[in-house]
Amino acid sequence: MSDPLFLVRGLTVEFGGLTALSGLDMEVNPGEIVGLIGPNGAGKTTAFNAITGIVRPSAGRVYFRGTDITHWSPPRIASAGIARTFQSIRLYDDLTVAENVMVASHSAISYTFLEAIVGLGRFSREERRIQEKAERLLDLMGLTEFARERASSLPYGSQRKLEVARALALEPSLLLLDEPVAGMNPAETMEFSNLLRKIREDLDLSIALIEHDMGFVMKICHTITVIDHGIPIARGAPGEIKTNEQVIAAYLGE
Amino acid sequence: MESEARSPLQHKTRDRVLTLLSVGALFAFLWYADHHFSPYSIRILNNIAIFIILAVSYNLINGVTGQFSLEPNAFVAVGAYTSALLTLSPEEKIRSFIIEPIVWPLSEISVSFPVSLLCAGLLTALMALLMSIPVFRVRGDYLAIVTLGFGEVIQVVANNLVSITNGPLGLKGLHPHTTLWWSWGFCVLTVFSVVRLVRSSYGRAMQAVREDETAAQAMGINAFRTKTLAFTFSAFFEGVAGGLLAHLITTISPSLFTFFLTFHLLIIIVVGGLGSTTGVVVAAALFTWGGEFLRIVEEPTTIFGYYYEGIPGMRMVILSLLLIVVMLFARRGLMGGKEFSWQALIDWTGRLIALAKRCV
Repeated sequence: MSDPLFLVRGLTVEFGGLTALSGLDMEVNPGEIVGLIGPNGAGKTTAFNAITGIVRPSAGRVYFRGTDITHWSPPRIASAGIARTFQSIRLYDDLTVAENVMVASHSAISYTFLEAIVGLGRFSREERRIQEKAERLLDLMGLTEFARERASSLPYGSQRKLEVARALALEPSLLLLDEPVAGMNPAETMEFSNLLRKIREDLDLSIALIEHDMGFVMKICHTITVIDHGIPIARGAPGEIKTNEQVIAAYLGE
Repeated sequence: MESEARSPLQHKTRDRVLTLLSVGALFAFLWYADHHFSPYSIRILNNIAIFIILAVSYNLINGVTGQFSLEPNAFVAVGAYTSALLTLSPEEKIRSFIIEPIVWPLSEISVSFPVSLLCAGLLTALMALLMSIPVFRVRGDYLAIVTLGFGEVIQVVANNLVSITNGPLGLKGLHPHTTLWWSWGFCVLTVFSVVRLVRSSYGRAMQAVREDETAAQAMGINAFRTKTLAFTFSAFFEGVAGGLLAHLITTISPSLFTFFLTFHLLIIIVVGGLGSTTGVVVAAALFTWGGEFLRIVEEPTTIFGYYYEGIPGMRMVILSLLLIVVMLFARRGLMGGKEFSWQALIDWTGRLIALAKRCV
């Protein structure tokens, strides 16, 4: 078996005396879509936060492309190629939709702030490139008509899409989606899963996602990990998970 | 309906020409003012320029980057003292420092005004750079308290480091170098630099940090570095403004740089609309001019046959009332948090003309 793109071993997060996540193992191979599911409060978002450096894990290791990124800072992890969206939408409300996407290009700029003031050479060239990239991504997510509007004025579903567009502007190789279809109706969910498949193929992405919509998860994921009370209880293909007794028990609260 | 479709590039060229023309008009006005206005009016014009520099640069850290800090009085003090100590002649220094003689290298140094301004800016910026390491470990209210404390520390230092600052006596006999050209020249430079910075990727990063620091970090933005850039950048211009201020009023002492100065700037940037450079420019001009204009309410006058004695301090009451009105009816400031653009002005004038035509 080839090396996985992304590997998590024994990831544990403790807040004071509370263990929010205990010994999570996870791997994502290139081009794979991996699901992370579990009842509310199971520690799924905590896992994402620990992976992206927002929360410090108390034990365990995270490897990305064979490099140990466990205690890296969030911006460093993001620049290395792991982008994410947030469960509770976290856009830059006062900026325009286009600017929201352009922000994510900041870590890759090569001009200095002095060049920005004088406005010579690299500056205009790069600004044009950043803008074109934003336009391309907005087009991909079907948000072009909103480009000049404030992010907070977008309808809910479009805000979720904008989060994805913004994450894609980082040009990641791994995309972490935290409940991407929450609040969407079945038709929108369907449309979104088609879009996600397209993005994955076009941009050569791997995806890890948290979702409560089981129909969506079962349809789109190659592998699923189930967590309950911070403890991983099952891992496998959608078919196996569906019939796993422990998983059924966790969801039905037995 | 748009009668002629123009490309964004044409708009850009048009906007640039219009901006250059208005800067030209500003300097033509200054030239006229320089020759025909009274010294009192010229003094107000200088004050306006200096307060625009201060408010616009303060707005970069407080409004654009959203880091509520309260230190500009300290930065202005550092800039003013640096620049003043560099331009004063050695003889003047010996005359002034009567409590304790001035320390050696400073006692000999005397440089030209522009060099002293540059040094003031750079030293203040360096100070901000060093300060940002401890200061940006905290956010929100804590940041406000820490920076406020820094302002007080500078005050104490200025009062007690007698062999450098001459203590509470301050520095006297500065040459009035600050002319309309220097103050407005730096004012235009400051506004230009800040606007350009805010419109670049660095500016977007600053705004992203203001809007949601965690989300900004998750998008690869180093929040600490971004805040430090904004802080240092604004400190540079505040230092320069301090130098200009010192050479305008020609006498400086620690009591000039109390928290009240910061508070004044804070009101200006809130009224102008946090984050809106245009709004802040307008508010700085209005407050500086208005503060002088409102002196009439403190002087005895006769209105429609009634004798009004004039109440000292009445100006501040009116300014405070204005602030309350702004907070009640325009919470996002004069410009509603927006920036001036030529396109908006042209559209607006077009609408006004159309309205006038319909009325006729």
